[in-house]
Amino acid sequence: MYRRCADLCLKSEIWRIAGFAFLALALPFPAPASLGGDMTTVHADQMRMQGTLRSTNTQAYTVHEIQAPNGVAVREFVSPAGKVFGVAWQGTTHPDLRQVLGTYFDQFTQAVQAERSRHPGHGPLSIQTPGLVVQLGGHMRAFAGRAYVPQMMPTGVRAEEIR
Amino acid sequence: MRRDTVRGFLALTLIAVLGSIVGCGGGRSGSAENPPPPASNVQPITVNAGPAASLGSNFNSVNVAFTSVTICVPGSTTKCQTIDGILVDTGSTGFRVLSSALTLTLPQQTDSSNNPIAECLPFVSSTVWGSVRTADLTITGEAASSLPIQVIGDPNFPTIPSACTIFGPPQDDLASFGANGILGIGVFAQDCGGGCATSGASNPGLYYTCPSTGCVVTTESLAKQSQNPVILFAGDNNGSLIMLPSVSAPEATVSGSLIFGIGTRSNNGLGSATVLTVDPSSGNFSTTFNGQTFTDAGFIDAGSAAIFFLDSGTTGIPDCADAPFFYCPPSIIKNLKATNMGTNGANAPVSFDVDNGDSLLSNVNNSAIPNLGGPFSGDFDWGLPFFFGRTVFTAIEGKNTPGGTGPYQAY
Repeated sequence: MYRRCADLCLKSEIWRIAGFAFLALALPFPAPASLGGDMTTVHADQMRMQGTLRSTNTQAYTVHEIQAPNGVAVREFVSPAGKVFGVAWQGTTHPDLRQVLGTYFDQFTQAVQAERSRHPGHGPLSIQTPGLVVQLGGHMRAFAGRAYVPQMMPTGVRAEEIR
Repeated sequence: MRRDTVRGFLALTLIAVLGSIVGCGGGRSGSAENPPPPASNVQPITVNAGPAASLGSNFNSVNVAFTSVTICVPGSTTKCQTIDGILVDTGSTGFRVLSSALTLTLPQQTDSSNNPIAECLPFVSSTVWGSVRTADLTITGEAASSLPIQVIGDPNFPTIPSACTIFGPPQDDLASFGANGILGIGVFAQDCGGGCATSGASNPGLYYTCPSTGCVVTTESLAKQSQNPVILFAGDNNGSLIMLPSVSAPEATVSGSLIFGIGTRSNNGLGSATVLTVDPSSGNFSTTFNGQTFTDAGFIDAGSAAIFFLDSGTTGIPDCADAPFFYCPPSIIKNLKATNMGTNGANAPVSFDVDNGDSLLSNVNNSAIPNLGGPFSGDFDWGLPFFFGRTVFTAIEGKNTPGGTGPYQAY
């Protein structure tokens, strides 16, 4: 069997128990696209990752969490206005960052290259531009990251919540 | 006659004593009384500016331990190359070398249809792409024969598959990679593990078969995946330890040792180190800080340049304005306290300091930087500064040691 981190396995256990309830809640709602995007269909992302979906609501935002069978989990944070203001992920590899970061992917790539050219090396990386924050970390088989657009954060939401 | 006998006995004794002295010092091949000394398991490592410094001082490495390895065409004792500037990494598994640093032609690994195999490997903020080849690797007195390795930036595979650029931009030359290669001796036996050996959606897609029509994701058995070189050693193959001296202020160069095996010889015992078993899937333990426990979120990684932990909002420590991946407190913060907890329930406390990243890095000629910290939201990455003044053990999954079966880290 393919090995995943205990945390993810625990989550998949929880979903196995409660999955149908979550799915029933989630399916009627439009779904997240990538960072900064409008909500589109849930099935596009979910099918792309061949994953299971869980959606939870807080007062300030909704979190759509997709668990892919390759051991990668992506959480997309959607504002009441229907915009994806943040994404977070963890798993055995990074997710498809082109998909997750959407139109911000090129900006992300350029910023990584710029920072690495100033500070070559390895280890976690933080990109903080006025319009985009990306943090990456982890090690082989256990990566984590998050990205958010500060201007799109709903009032009162702290950056630390995006994880 | 009797006197002659005594004289002859003395002479023989003298020859024997002299012979044994010469034998010890000169590495004479052994007899039953003088077995050959065991091959060394101690490899020097150096924290310094690294090979990219040749490109300019702004490419000087920060907190990277370098070493050298010798690789040979499998079975050959003459088609060999010693490569220095190799990054020592406990956060990854496998030996990888930049194509630009390689002068040998190593045999290409192929699949059952004789198509070449290549690999797309994500690091934290980048991807490396290149062929999987086979080499005999020697480091100090230890040898790993027919080791599958990766050749990064192999010109025979110039086109990076689009599915390989989704993890971040490629690091395939000295300027971007900052080392001639990387020696991954972490807790895992292979770089990918079971996922890459299975087909379908659970395969994370790191290995590619490359027929003339283009590279596509394939399955790769555990034995053909990039291996932890240590598990192929004849002995001393259950893990390793890294020793670096205390560093009180930034220095240009700091030297230490990488010692192979755990409890296999008199020089690699665990001593009083606490064994922290790690999650066998993630390689992580848990860390408690300020009364809050971060489960499955801590690891010790010689390949990380700083102690990366939590974030500015949680710690109250400001990020550096021009380098937001390091912390910049107005003045040094002393005696921060955390406790690392293994999945075995063992606890190992850590007391650490975090100083201002800008001032620590103000002299580009310094490459060994103590007290360098940075953010890593929700996690604890105990990077190279953690190793200063410590002996840190890394035991490989499934391997027996006097401290129990790996995977674990200990200090």
